[in-house]
Amino acid sequence: MHWQTLDTWIVVAGALSAVSCALLGNFLVLRRASMMGDAISHAVLPGLALAFLITDSRDSIAMFVGAGVVGVLTAVMTQWVHRVGRVDPSASMGVVFTGLFALGLILIVRGADHVDLDPGCVLYGAIELTPLDTVFLGGWDVPRAVVILAVVFVINALFVAVFFKELRISSFDPQLSTTVGINATVMHHALMVLVAITAVASFESVGSILVIAMLIVPAASAQLLTDRLGSMVLVSAAIAVASAVLGHAGAMTVPGWFGFEDTSTAGMIAVAAGVMFAVTWVAAPRQGLVGKLLHRVMVRLRVLQEDILGVLYRLEEYRGGEGAGLSIAKLGEVLALRPAFASVAIRGLVKRGEVTRTGHGYGLTRGGREAAARLVRAHRLWESYLVKFLNLPPDHVHGPAERLEHVTDAAMHEALADRTDRPEHDPQGRAIPPSP
Amino acid sequence: MLLVVVGLGTAAPVLTHADASAGFWARAVRMISLRDHNTRVVLIGTSLLGMSAGVVGTFMLLRKRALVGDALSHATLPGIALAFMVMTHLGMDGKSLVGLLAGGVITSVAGLACVLLIRRTTRVKDDAALGIVLGVFFGLGVALLGVIQSMRGGNAAGLESFIYGKTASMLTSDAVLIAVAAVGVVLVCALLFKEFALICFDVPYAGSQGWPVLWLDVVLMGLVVIVTVIGLQAVGLILVIALLVTPPAAARFWTDRLDVTVIVAAVIGAASGLVGAGLSAMVPRLPAGAIIVSVATAVFIASLVFGTTRGVLVRVIQHLGLTQRIAEQHLLRAMYESAEASQRGSAVSNDRAVGWSSLIDARSWSQRELRRLIGRARRHGWIVEAPAPSQRTSTDVAAQSANDPGTSDRWFRLTETGLAEASRVIRNHRLWEMYLITHADVAPSHVDRDADQVEHVLGPEMVRSLIELLEVQGRGASVPPSPHVVGVPPALPR
Repeated sequence: MHWQTLDTWIVVAGALSAVSCALLGNFLVLRRASMMGDAISHAVLPGLALAFLITDSRDSIAMFVGAGVVGVLTAVMTQWVHRVGRVDPSASMGVVFTGLFALGLILIVRGADHVDLDPGCVLYGAIELTPLDTVFLGGWDVPRAVVILAVVFVINALFVAVFFKELRISSFDPQLSTTVGINATVMHHALMVLVAITAVASFESVGSILVIAMLIVPAASAQLLTDRLGSMVLVSAAIAVASAVLGHAGAMTVPGWFGFEDTSTAGMIAVAAGVMFAVTWVAAPRQGLVGKLLHRVMVRLRVLQEDILGVLYRLEEYRGGEGAGLSIAKLGEVLALRPAFASVAIRGLVKRGEVTRTGHGYGLTRGGREAAARLVRAHRLWESYLVKFLNLPPDHVHGPAERLEHVTDAAMHEALADRTDRPEHDPQGRAIPPSP
Repeated sequence: MLLVVVGLGTAAPVLTHADASAGFWARAVRMISLRDHNTRVVLIGTSLLGMSAGVVGTFMLLRKRALVGDALSHATLPGIALAFMVMTHLGMDGKSLVGLLAGGVITSVAGLACVLLIRRTTRVKDDAALGIVLGVFFGLGVALLGVIQSMRGGNAAGLESFIYGKTASMLTSDAVLIAVAAVGVVLVCALLFKEFALICFDVPYAGSQGWPVLWLDVVLMGLVVIVTVIGLQAVGLILVIALLVTPPAAARFWTDRLDVTVIVAAVIGAASGLVGAGLSAMVPRLPAGAIIVSVATAVFIASLVFGTTRGVLVRVIQHLGLTQRIAEQHLLRAMYESAEASQRGSAVSNDRAVGWSSLIDARSWSQRELRRLIGRARRHGWIVEAPAPSQRTSTDVAAQSANDPGTSDRWFRLTETGLAEASRVIRNHRLWEMYLITHADVAPSHVDRDADQVEHVLGPEMVRSLIELLEVQGRGASVPPSPHVVGVPPALPR
């Protein structure tokens, strides 16, 4: 890999565009308007074409105006078709943006003599060419695209920072927002204008695919990593920058692994963002697949260990003396589970010093007996409670109590005992262990 | 139709605009007379495509998954690129349409699986899941196209036509493929019509009846994948979603019945395909896909305005009619209540004249509105002009002279039909007031406004059950007395 100044500029342009999109994308994702990004970045085409046809030049200002107008028009028309025509909101979005895109294509093809605009260029952009078109700024030759994208980035960052409170309230609860005097519709339209402007600023350099991907993917990944809006915005921005760096590096190296030359940076930036989403999807601490699975396994293991303690306690109770023990095979049979799982659970219990090896199998230690007594007490108190207050028949309360005993903490213990008048015996007549 | 397409023969490139020397009219005549074999192929292909997309799209629209097709169509791009690379690598023709589309189907199904998995296993919402798949898969496709461009010996020039569509590159064999797939899709929809209708309208009910909702959804989305893939060549992967969304959305303005909606959507889709492809064949430099979508959008706009069931125009007319009827009923009520107030105790009869001044005071209407309303009521035969009654109280005279002199001495009385209609409205009004007082615990002084809105929309069924509920004496057409003071509310102290 040959990293040159050129590549740095490409990454800077990509990162600026990606972060600008990601900042706004958080609010699109939260408003469930993700597809609006797709719609607007397609729908700006006729705005660009008209700006070309009218001004007869690639003047940036005209293009921004054209795209901004069409961007708002897309949002307004979508709303209008939805309200007046009573069309499903996503369908009205589909009708509006495809209609506008088709119009844009026709304008471009019909006006090809005047319009120096290739629809393909709108899609993929030409990020590889950005460093070639430079302006002289403060003693440096800075690519024009980088200057434009930096301005857009500053605008977006300021917008999000200044209106953070307004954006937050209108994204989570539009009704409340309107009640407290923040017009949710105005905020929505302001967001749409910025999405449109960002899309236009980006299309020349990175293309609209990158806009669509960057509006949604970093924000969705950040959503899996944090529960706070502030950190979600920052995390999404970090993911956007990382995608730009990894994407460009990937575009230069990955095709080489298969014996090809390099490929489109914009495409690879989107792919890099996708890979990062996949990683968070699998490995995010709490929302990730692995995290959730691990959590489920841990809960099952804890319940199982508590069940083992309960079985051993009841065995001692039945035999009328301490020191009774069960083999792992026998435990597996009683609790209807595989011996392997039972032995994992036993090993944990032994480590905690609640169970110890006895002559023929495993039995309770003193500490284990106390823990088991607490569980059995919870179980039997619940049975009494269910019979007394829910009028369940005494032979129907074992199942519910079996589930509830695992989630009963000390305070609930006390409350249960109070409500059931501290009974000595459960509905089946077995003694309830005294509170420790 | 299918046989016709199959019989169309060789794989010749169609619809080239090379013969620009032929004038527009010559081309138009050739087009419309379908003399050109190639034109026939393209027109049949695009209209069958439009038809099948309209049918499948209707179910997707009602299932509220209109934009799923957008993510699926974008997800075909990496498949097309991969298929091209694999086929070229194996030494086959890299541009075999069947191979490319098979690749598109594979990644599109993979994209669908990702959408469903993201939706089920994370807290990311539907729309974001669609956006993620759309953006990332399309990005991957673009990256692969970039690789292909740098491939030695690979010629990727044709692949980009899948993004914007290029009917002109349609071969007869391609049209056959489209026709077979489209007819198959429509057949499946016809066979599963009842089941699809069920999952469109009531998923919990479908589940409780034992229908495999998940599998029906999968079949429906599978059909969407097929339509998307065969639409790639005609309209391109960005605009194919329009064929799935726009005709069904337009059809909904014309009917409330599902079967009719499906048929109308199919017709709109087919017509858009036909007209769009035809126009693009007649006029040079019109991209077919964009024209097809524009035609569909135009039909949508026309339907939005003129649709007979949910169109804006119909709804505005209905609304105006309702407003008009309400105003007329208010006039009748004002007539009745004035007459009732002046002949306390006895039943209201139609020989009692009511003066302009008491009418103008009854409601907040302007002189002009009241004049127009009276004109309409007279045309209906509800009221007639009456001679001024002989004995006037001094307050009446005073009120009359304060008014505009031109209308001040006009008096009206209800006709027989007018009295019947007025009695009906008044009865509705008072029944509802009594209902609000006895059953909703609303204070008698507050019920007039509420009843004002409801009196116009009470059907005979409702009136009957109100009468039974309130045990009003003397059913028939009799009018119960008002539960509150009738007349002009006292002026606020100034």
